[in-house]
Amino acid sequence: MAAEIKLRGKIKDGVAEIKSLMPHPMETGTRREESGDVVPAHYIEEVVCQHNGESVLRAEWGPSISKNPYFAFRVRNASPGDVISVRWTDNLGESGSGELVLK
Amino acid sequence: MKNPFDRVLLLSAVLLSSFALASPKEDLAAFRAFYESRFPEIELADHADGAYALDEAKRAQWLEMEDFPPYEFAIDEGEALFEMAFSDGESYASCFQSEGRGIKHLYPMFDEVAGEVVTLELALNRCREAHGEAPLDYEGDEIAALMAYMAYTSRGQTYDIKVPEAGLGAYEAGKQFFYERRGQLNFACSSCHLQSGGGMLRAEILSASVGHATHWPTYRFKWERVGTLHDRFIECNEQVGAQGLAPQSASYRNLEYFLTYMNNGMVLNGPASRK
Amino acid sequence: MMKHSRRRFLRGLSVAIALAAVPARLLARATDAFKATELEDANKALFGQLPLVESDAVNLKIPAIAENGAVVPVTVSTELEGVQAIYIMIDENPNPLSATFELGASSPADVSTRVKMGKSSMVRGLVKTQDQVFYAAQEVKVTIGGCGG
Repeated sequence: MAAEIKLRGKIKDGVAEIKSLMPHPMETGTRREESGDVVPAHYIEEVVCQHNGESVLRAEWGPSISKNPYFAFRVRNASPGDVISVRWTDNLGESGSGELVLK
Repeated sequence: MKNPFDRVLLLSAVLLSSFALASPKEDLAAFRAFYESRFPEIELADHADGAYALDEAKRAQWLEMEDFPPYEFAIDEGEALFEMAFSDGESYASCFQSEGRGIKHLYPMFDEVAGEVVTLELALNRCREAHGEAPLDYEGDEIAALMAYMAYTSRGQTYDIKVPEAGLGAYEAGKQFFYERRGQLNFACSSCHLQSGGGMLRAEILSASVGHATHWPTYRFKWERVGTLHDRFIECNEQVGAQGLAPQSASYRNLEYFLTYMNNGMVLNGPASRK
Repeated sequence: MMKHSRRRFLRGLSVAIALAAVPARLLARATDAFKATELEDANKALFGQLPLVESDAVNLKIPAIAENGAVVPVTVSTELEGVQAIYIMIDENPNPLSATFELGASSPADVSTRVKMGKSSMVRGLVKTQDQVFYAAQEVKVTIGGCGG
């Protein structure tokens, strides 16, 4: 039951302010379970943000971004009806995405 | 009595013991009066924000987190769990008034038939058992998620917990627990949250007890998950070197009853994030 | 049988098209910079010999005392023109480089996230234009709680 990226956005003076919350453990690979076993590194490595299908921002993250990452960014020339999409890929090859239609 | 703190304790004990036979209504008035005089510049309602009502810098950070809080996923999980049918086709909605939405502020309540305090967590598991389902672990993620959803649907409701004649014993037991010292550190809940409310404990600011039960369940950054009020009771007890009791044990339910009664007139604002 | 393999072929084709649309340059990761355990090495990997200039034009918004080192809210922004990328670095973390943000032409230089800090540390927000790097830095304290913490 994987949760989707949560996206919120509002347009002000043609600039969209997008806020996102991504479900992800962001394990550093140095934490130990009670058993003593190390929890393997599992973190988002790349985030790509698109505006109407065009890439506008690409982030690279290390495991020091917090668990269930929050990420806010802005996009110029935004209008109601525009589609903002965010897609993450992690070090294990998994990915997740979310889409928002701006109002 | 060389230690001035002891003198304060004795005075407090005398004052408090004189309230031992007071009615819950009188206790509440005295409780509120205490915090009003201890924090004259803070509205009583604002203590629902705990330590975030007491420090600007902490509050600013907290508001940033609350803008898009980490417990949002738990609310969604809770909603999905809440709507899932039991194996007999019924669901949680059939066990509660208003189909279980917007009712968290009514808990805990005193069940006169069973003769005990019923918290919402207890009611959820009793609902499950009534419909042939195994009970949920009180310290697990599912109960926390369900509570997060139920708190979310109840935001803005005002507390008006009732203590009927039959419930006085449980109320008094909860009150007793609150004022009773325990553990290696020999602290009572009141030691930190009443006598030292607003004070510092190393780098922590001690929150006031008035409003303590309003914002549960809570996403503690420390826990990196949503946890229940009883999770916190256990943690607090262990932190003073006392044994944590079982979640939903009678002692904790009675304590929750007392604490929530002391929230009467305040608004439910759970789930919430906390440090 | 035929129908099944045809559907599979088409799905594979659409994925290949999607990947082909992404320029090869964007697929490379600044691995060396992320792996660096010293601030100097991370800077060298990212910026080579470019001098790093402390500047009021870079706004780093981060609390002076973190509520909890696991979730420290941070915003890096600037009104400077021609910003290609923003970086967040945490000196005392095992790997100082925390995140990089490559900005397209329509992305204002204004990003926010939440970072993990192992202990009290200087935190830096850097912005890179065509040939310059500017930064702002702030000390952030991470405390160990008291009995209630």
